[in-house]
Amino acid sequence: MADAVRISIRNGRLIDPANGLDRETDLHLADGRVLAIGEAPAGFQPDRILEAGGRIVCPGFVDLSARLREPGLEQKATIASETKAAAASGITTLCCPPDTTPVIDTPAVAQLIGQTAQRHGFARVLPAGAMTQGLEGRQITEMAALKLAGCPVLSQADRPVRSTQVQRRAMEYAATFGLTLFLHPLDPDLSSGGCAHEGRVSTRLGLPGIPEAAETVAIARDLALADQTGARIHFRGLSSARAVAMLAEARRRGVRASGDVGIHQLFLTEDDLDGFDTSCHLVPPLRTRTDRDALRRALAAGELSAVCSDHQPHDADAKLLPFPETTPGISGLETLLPLALRLVAEGVLDLSAVIARLTIGPAEILGVDLGHLTPGAAADVCIFDPNARWTPTPETLLSHGENSPFLYQEMRGRVTATLLEGRAVFERGDRD
Amino acid sequence: MKTPNPQLDGQGNLKHFLTIEGLRREILVEILDRAEGFLGVAKQAVKKVPLCRGKVIANLFFETSTRTRTTFELAAKRLSADVLNLNVSTSATAKGETLLDTLRNLEAMHVDMFVVRHGSSGAAHFIATHAAPHVSVINAGDGRHSHPTQGMLDMFTIRHHKPDFAAIKVAIVGDILHSRVARSQILALNTLGASEVRVIGPRTLIPECAAEALGVRVFHDLLEGIRDVDVVIMLRLQRERMTSALLPSEHEYFQLYGLTEERLAQAHPDAIVMHPGPINRGVEMESQVADGTRSVILEQVTNGIAIRMAVMSMCIGTQNLAGRGEKAPYG
Repeated sequence: MADAVRISIRNGRLIDPANGLDRETDLHLADGRVLAIGEAPAGFQPDRILEAGGRIVCPGFVDLSARLREPGLEQKATIASETKAAAASGITTLCCPPDTTPVIDTPAVAQLIGQTAQRHGFARVLPAGAMTQGLEGRQITEMAALKLAGCPVLSQADRPVRSTQVQRRAMEYAATFGLTLFLHPLDPDLSSGGCAHEGRVSTRLGLPGIPEAAETVAIARDLALADQTGARIHFRGLSSARAVAMLAEARRRGVRASGDVGIHQLFLTEDDLDGFDTSCHLVPPLRTRTDRDALRRALAAGELSAVCSDHQPHDADAKLLPFPETTPGISGLETLLPLALRLVAEGVLDLSAVIARLTIGPAEILGVDLGHLTPGAAADVCIFDPNARWTPTPETLLSHGENSPFLYQEMRGRVTATLLEGRAVFERGDRD
Repeated sequence: MKTPNPQLDGQGNLKHFLTIEGLRREILVEILDRAEGFLGVAKQAVKKVPLCRGKVIANLFFETSTRTRTTFELAAKRLSADVLNLNVSTSATAKGETLLDTLRNLEAMHVDMFVVRHGSSGAAHFIATHAAPHVSVINAGDGRHSHPTQGMLDMFTIRHHKPDFAAIKVAIVGDILHSRVARSQILALNTLGASEVRVIGPRTLIPECAAEALGVRVFHDLLEGIRDVDVVIMLRLQRERMTSALLPSEHEYFQLYGLTEERLAQAHPDAIVMHPGPINRGVEMESQVADGTRSVILEQVTNGIAIRMAVMSMCIGTQNLAGRGEKAPYG
């Protein structure tokens, strides 16, 4: 099968939001590309036929933020382990933040990651290059060289640039090469020492807070700079209602800004920290129900055009400490699809819209020609059973990170096959 | 999904003492009543009772403390327990050992109870969650979260002077934001049914949502806040608040929030004055108040030993009941 070059996927419900397509039909692939939808061209002889009756067939998912931990933090995860987990989750393209060791601030590191991923062949990995050398926020990187080395965007991971001057220059220099900047809006002073949303729950538990203003102050600064410089910026992982409103207002004024949300922010709130649950220690922190609902509405309205896994796999020790000392983050690849489908079940947005936020939306933010099934496009395809029930456990997860607050919760919706450029990179056997 | 209350065993008996939150009024009253019985022990010729004989209690202090550690040690010894004092801030963790490793090593020494002080909120919960099932954990202060024995000894002191909680108004003055003591006092007062709990301080030291999150009335003016209250609790002000833009100076703090005889006249004529110690004289209060007739500050220290004996003996009692499916006499 891995060598099949001509594949027909038959009788599935094909959903391709970029092309406004949602109907039961066949999809034909040849030589790693989409060949045709519906009738196969005359004389087409598939090497393999995949029956997809009762399944959804859609473009492979594009994940704007998944940490792979290699190079440097292989005790947490590796490119091989995490891209394999991505393939099992229908994710064919993922962008990894530059906070590896060493940092992705030279073409050599970017190429190393790209080549390692290619060698394993489970998913397309697009490394985000660092905006500043060593992510130290002082000197900008060789951005043009990073772009040539395969970085579609630049980022500071979760270490925002403190100096407004450096931030401005990074925007200007990046704009020279049409590079988008991925920004984590978090004022370093206002968030210093904090580990939970400053509010009701942190006040009760005595956890040092991260105020909403840590996010909005950073957004205000970066929107003003983007307005001034004309740079294209993307806010990674918004957490508050006010942040979403500020972004929407700036977009109406024509500022070239976009935003996304980590899937877990759409389900969890500050209340989930009760009992000092370290699996819910996140940065940005889980905020209030009002914030969660505003994030949901913004995603539905398209103000946030992507939802991502914000995958942060950790070794067990990283979470086996008193809450404030644990490392933030959730291992999120494998729950991305079922949680996204839960949004549909809860009436937040329809299936086609949710798939758009997982495919064409993030692809456009990255500026890559992926996330759709137009004939001629890369044959990145996800086939899933929207009704399959399963329960994530440390045993069932492929990711090396078992840090998830969704463990042991029944999920609905599971990937049955994933194709990357027409090659099956994952197929679930009957016994899985 | 979350455990209902990690402090209680299956029968609702107190197994750990981590926070006042989630404990029924009956359990708090039992602690107070039991402490009453232990007050007399100090006056006996032989200051010991055999309730924890043969038990090993480890004082595990990740933050330095003299008073709290000493009173826990005395309490344990009066209960006839063997006591280990571990000043972990200068030993194990400095060598890179994780908290969990330290815990496992001590468990291997067959410790029955850990008394834990730690700089991180939630540390005592963490240790209780990961300790062996037969071990009890008593929180001697975790970050800004909780210091429940201090909270209870303050309730004990209040009850001696004001027996009916439903009839009293209490004002807590100072740094609520960083205070585990204040959080425990507020929870205990509300559980015991105090008629009103007030907090007083500048906006930098009072969490924005204190009223909703903690169940208190917020005042920024001292005179207004202590008007007619029956108990005034002054919190200790840490020096570092002056260097992190939370307060301009000790001088201005005393001008606005320092307790003087003159200001105390606003409170109820029988009001008592408390302080968890150690006092910064001339910052939180003037010496005339600290040493005055309405000050019960030294009583608090004495009562601390009795309260800690009560809590330790209750948790050890729950251990002794373990597996027998019995309910302790309280609650």
